[in-house]
Amino acid sequence: MAANAYPPTAPPGQPAWAAALDTRNSAWWQDLVMRVVVMAGGISAILFIVAIFGFIASQGIEFIVHRLDLGALLTGVRWEPTVEPPSYGALPLIAGTAFITLVAMAIAVPLAFGAAVYVGEFARGKQREWLKIGIELLAAIPSVVWGVIGLHVMKPVIQDLFGVQVGLNVLNAGIILGLMAAPIMATIAEDALKAVPDTYREAAESLGATKWQVVWKVVLPHARPGLSAAVLLGIGRAFGETIAVLMASGHRLMIPESIFDSAATLTATIAAELGEAAVGGDHYQVLFVLGMLLFVITFAINLTADWIVRGRRRQA
Amino acid sequence: MADSLSLKTRTTILNLPRHRAPAIEVQDLSLWYGTFQALHDVTLTIKSGIVTALIGPSGCGKSTLLRSCNRINERLGYVSTTGTVKVLGHDVYGPEASAIQVRRHVGMVFQRPNPLPLSIRDNVLFSHRLHAERKATRAEEEAMLEQALREVLLWDRVKDRLDRKATVLSLEEQQKLCIARLLPTKPSVLLMDEPCSALDPEATRAVENLIWDLRGHYSILIVTHNMAQARRASDECVFMLMGRVVEHSETEDMFVAPQKPETSEYIEGRFG
Repeated sequence: MAANAYPPTAPPGQPAWAAALDTRNSAWWQDLVMRVVVMAGGISAILFIVAIFGFIASQGIEFIVHRLDLGALLTGVRWEPTVEPPSYGALPLIAGTAFITLVAMAIAVPLAFGAAVYVGEFARGKQREWLKIGIELLAAIPSVVWGVIGLHVMKPVIQDLFGVQVGLNVLNAGIILGLMAAPIMATIAEDALKAVPDTYREAAESLGATKWQVVWKVVLPHARPGLSAAVLLGIGRAFGETIAVLMASGHRLMIPESIFDSAATLTATIAAELGEAAVGGDHYQVLFVLGMLLFVITFAINLTADWIVRGRRRQA
Repeated sequence: MADSLSLKTRTTILNLPRHRAPAIEVQDLSLWYGTFQALHDVTLTIKSGIVTALIGPSGCGKSTLLRSCNRINERLGYVSTTGTVKVLGHDVYGPEASAIQVRRHVGMVFQRPNPLPLSIRDNVLFSHRLHAERKATRAEEEAMLEQALREVLLWDRVKDRLDRKATVLSLEEQQKLCIARLLPTKPSVLLMDEPCSALDPEATRAVENLIWDLRGHYSILIVTHNMAQARRASDECVFMLMGRVVEHSETEDMFVAPQKPETSEYIEGRFG
C-alpha cells in the first residue's frame, strides 16, 4: 500500500511529480473494477446465446446424429409423437406457424405503419407524447393476457361474425399475434421515420407538397430500410410467440387449409408436449430439434434486419 | 471589386419590366414564436423583377420575414402572425389562401443545399409532378428538365447522370439544382435564405452570377449576412434591426449614403 500513499514521496534525485505519475489511487482501481463489471454485462448476451444454442443442440444431438431424417421432418404431414409407431412430420407445425405469421403481418403492418406515420409525422406536442406512451404500454402487456383475449373475446366474435363452428383458429391467432407485434413494429418504424433528416421534409414542403405527399414521396422511401427491419423484427416476434398462440390457435396438429381452420405452431407444440415427453426419448429430442429450427429461423430474420439497417447506414 | 463591376455592368443591359405590380407587399406584419415577438409591424414593398437583399445582424428577423412569404414558418406549429403579406396582389394569409398554392408560386432556396434524396431528374420534376393538373408526357418532362437545368447552367455537367442521386453532387451543384427545381412550376418570386453561406468563394461567385442571371425573369428576395454580397448582387437593400425595417433603399444609396445612423454603423461593421 506504500505505493498508494498520498502525497507520494519522491525517490531521491527525482522531482515529486515523477512519482505522482505512477500513483494507483482509488479512482484508478474503481475504473479497473467497473471496466470488468460492464464488460461482463456487455459480453454476457453473446455468452448466453452460445450457451443456449449449445444446450438445445446437446439435448437433441443423439437423435440428430443417429436417427434424424431432415427431409421427413420438414415435409412429413403427420405429427403423431404418441402413436405407435410415432411419426414426426413437422410440416403441419411449420405451415401453421407460417400461415399465422402471415395473417399477423397482414394485420400488424398497416396498423404499425399507420401508427408510426401518425405519431412521427402528424401528431404534435402532448398528443404525440401520450400516443407514444400508449404504444409502449401496449407492448408491455403480457402475452398470456393476449391469449385470454383470444380465448374469450375474439373466439365468440369470430364465430358470430363469420358463422363458423370453431373460433380458435388461424384468424384468431393471427389477429392476436398481429396486435402483439404491432407496438414494437410501430416503435421501430417511428425510429426509422425520425432518422429522416427534417431538411428533406422542409424542402418538399417548400416545393408545395402536402403533408401526405411529403410522407409518401420523401419520408417513406428514404426510411424503407428501417421499415423493412421493423417488419422483419415483427415477423421474428410473431414466430417466437408461444402462449398466446397456443391459447388462440386451437392447437390442431394438421395443415390448416383456410384461416378458419385451427392450427398449431412450432413454439406451441414444444410448450404443450415437452412436459409430457420422456426426458432423453426420441419425442423429447425431436422437440429440441424443432427448437433449433426456430432458433435458426429467428436468428436469420434478426440478422437480415440488422444487415439491412447497417447496409443503409454505410450507404448514407 | 472586379466582381461587383461585372455584375453591375450587366444591370444596364437588362431591360427591366418596371410596370409590373409589386412582387411582395408586406403590411403591418407582426410575428410571434410562442411568446417571443420576432417581427414588429413590418411594412415593406418588394418590387418585381429585381433582386432585393435583406440585411441585418443575426436575430434581426430577416429570415423570419423571408420565411413568412411562403408560410414555411408554419411548420414550427407555434408561430402566430398578424398583418398581411401579399404576393402579386394575393394575400397569402387570407382565409382562402392555401400554403400549398402559395409555395408553388413562391420558390425557396435554403441556407444549406437540400436536394431531396432522389435522382437529379426527380428533384427537378418534383414540384411540377405535384402540381400539374395533367401528368406530363415523357417528352414534356425531358424538355422541362433540360430547360430548368440549362437555366441554372448545370445541364452540361449533369446531363449524363440524370438518374444518379442528387446528393452526390458538389455543394455548388446541389444549390444550383435547388434553384433549378423551382423553375418548372414557373414561380414568380424566389426567396433565398443565405444561399451561398455553405459554399466556398468560387461556388459563391457561380451561384451569385446565376442569381443575377435569373433577375428580371423572377423577383428575388435574398437574405444575406455578407455585406459585400448584398452590395454587388442586389438592386435594393432592406436593413432590419430587432424585428423592424430600419431602412429600405437602392443598394448604391444604402452603401454610399445611408439615411439612418444604425444603418451606417452596421454597414461599417461596428456591430452585427
